[in-house]
Amino acid sequence: MQSTPQHTFSTDPDNQPQDDQLKSRSPFQLAMRRFLRNKLAVISVFVILIIIILSVMAPVFTDQDPEQTDLFKIEEHPSKENILGTNGQGQDNFARLLYGGRVSLIVGFSAMTFTLLIGVVLGSIAGYYGGIIDNIIMRAADIMLMLPFLVLALTIMAIVDRVTIPFFITIIALTTWPSLTRIIRGTYLSLREQEFVLGARAIGASDFRIVFKHFIPNAIGPIVVNATLMMASYIIIESALSFIGFGIPQPTPTWGNMISEAQNVRILRDHPEAWIPPGFAILITVLAINFIGDGLRDAFDPKSSQR
Amino acid sequence: MAEQPVLDIDKLKTYFYLDDEKVAKAVDDVSFSVYPGETVALVGESGSGKSVTALSIMQLINKPGRIVEGTIVMNGKELLQMKPKQMTKVRGNDIAMVFQEPMTALNPVFTIGNQITEMIRKHQKSSKNQAREKAIELLKTVGIPRAEDIMNEYPHQLSGGMRQRVMIAIAISCEPALLIADEPTTALDVTIQAQILDLMADMRDKYHMSLLLITHDLGVVSEYADRVMVMYGGQIVEEGPTKELLRTTNHPYTKGLLNSLPNIDKHVDRLETIKGTVPAAFNFPKGCRFSTRCPYVMDKCLESNPEITEVGPEHYVRCYLHENGGIPNDESR
Repeated sequence: MQSTPQHTFSTDPDNQPQDDQLKSRSPFQLAMRRFLRNKLAVISVFVILIIIILSVMAPVFTDQDPEQTDLFKIEEHPSKENILGTNGQGQDNFARLLYGGRVSLIVGFSAMTFTLLIGVVLGSIAGYYGGIIDNIIMRAADIMLMLPFLVLALTIMAIVDRVTIPFFITIIALTTWPSLTRIIRGTYLSLREQEFVLGARAIGASDFRIVFKHFIPNAIGPIVVNATLMMASYIIIESALSFIGFGIPQPTPTWGNMISEAQNVRILRDHPEAWIPPGFAILITVLAINFIGDGLRDAFDPKSSQR
Repeated sequence: MAEQPVLDIDKLKTYFYLDDEKVAKAVDDVSFSVYPGETVALVGESGSGKSVTALSIMQLINKPGRIVEGTIVMNGKELLQMKPKQMTKVRGNDIAMVFQEPMTALNPVFTIGNQITEMIRKHQKSSKNQAREKAIELLKTVGIPRAEDIMNEYPHQLSGGMRQRVMIAIAISCEPALLIADEPTTALDVTIQAQILDLMADMRDKYHMSLLLITHDLGVVSEYADRVMVMYGGQIVEEGPTKELLRTTNHPYTKGLLNSLPNIDKHVDRLETIKGTVPAAFNFPKGCRFSTRCPYVMDKCLESNPEITEVGPEHYVRCYLHENGGIPNDESR
């Protein structure tokens, strides 16, 4: 990185062909290039893509219905028809694995989007306006942070008789927004003091425009990184709650409630094909998402550019 | 002057209400006018209220600051009575501002072209392509080479001088009647300073703007300003046409500023300074605000703050000394 003669226009530490150096790159493009240099993160992107394809196109890979019970085929070992055997209700484990991925990904992604929406809006308002509004929002966040998440979630799930996926997503988003809100608020507090804000106001930009047009691109780094990491934790939360029976209820297949069947010692011992695949699926999905998150963090942090 | 002023400020007071119930009178009873096509300089040390005056005109004063009193009339419209939404139309369209720090005054994540066209499209109805063409033309006007390429570059790829030119291009894009330049050259190389100031003077003539130049550099003032206002402690202490004011200085503070400039004919080991610092804006002395540092301070000065009075054609001063025939000639040190 220190070897080539640096062109004066280039701020990119990378070695580039001459004509390419004059081309300008947005900070986002620079981050993208740093990201692509992180092998683990790039591999993780492919892993996630494969998981998405497998679960979205589940009907292509299996013709079994994951919710179809068959009491004549309980706890069967793998066969040609049921690749991973069947569970206690005679449902096909392989189909449940594929379709279960849908639930995990949908829950992870939607809850992340929902939380992001709450976090960006509240964090922006709190960080930009400050004062009383900031105080109200942040105290509300403190109260939410004060309540232990698991106990709160369990209580709500216990009260409601039938937990649907949208409801589950809403609960997760409504209980986990404070951390993201705080991060965005903090970023905005520092952005607010920069002179370009005064510049933008001096040319007649409205508050709305400054917050949503000028700030969000500046805060995109922390937002994207935290959103990714949050998605991984939501997948775990879903699995964990399903495992203890407070998540998405049967017969909807999820990785969490597949593993929960292994609470039975017999299945744990005799049917490893029933619980190892969903466990492994959770492991690699969460790991891959976390690697992507780490990659993005390094990519958006200008100080880590020498990587 | 017979002409209608572009900007007419009367008894402007901007106070900052600090936490411990102190009130910082950053701008205290400032009145002045700016006429079409002229360059007015606002001079003073750090903390004398120059920038707050400029921000008050734009109504960009943040909490805990507040414009307490006064009127700001721009082309017959009273700005302080306007609703915030109307004010966003005035900003950029009628008054534009160039800031001190070109390094941070541009948003780092948008291209130069993006930021200029944003301004044009905000205030004028024009298509994307028209705005783009206009932006390129503006960049050429402010003397940026390879304007088409620069349009797609990001602020971090430009030098300070280039960025300040871009700031000027943005400021003049809607042909405002008044351009406020808040220490536009302070952060720049000395070699670039003159270029930027010349550019602003050219733009003033080309677009028939008035220029309110905020600076602490009397060299700049003598070169570019038609009229000068010297600010101290939130008040204007001396005001007059540049030549007249520099020749017959009537306020000890102005004289102090002039004496502190390096003189090519005189060899000195140390440059002269005005002893002390500007008193804190919440703690002004009872009498004349300059009395704590004035070498000619009299008993009267400690009692009450002098009114601003005319001492020559359009030359005003806020000092009791003029009653005794101006600043004594002896170099009292």
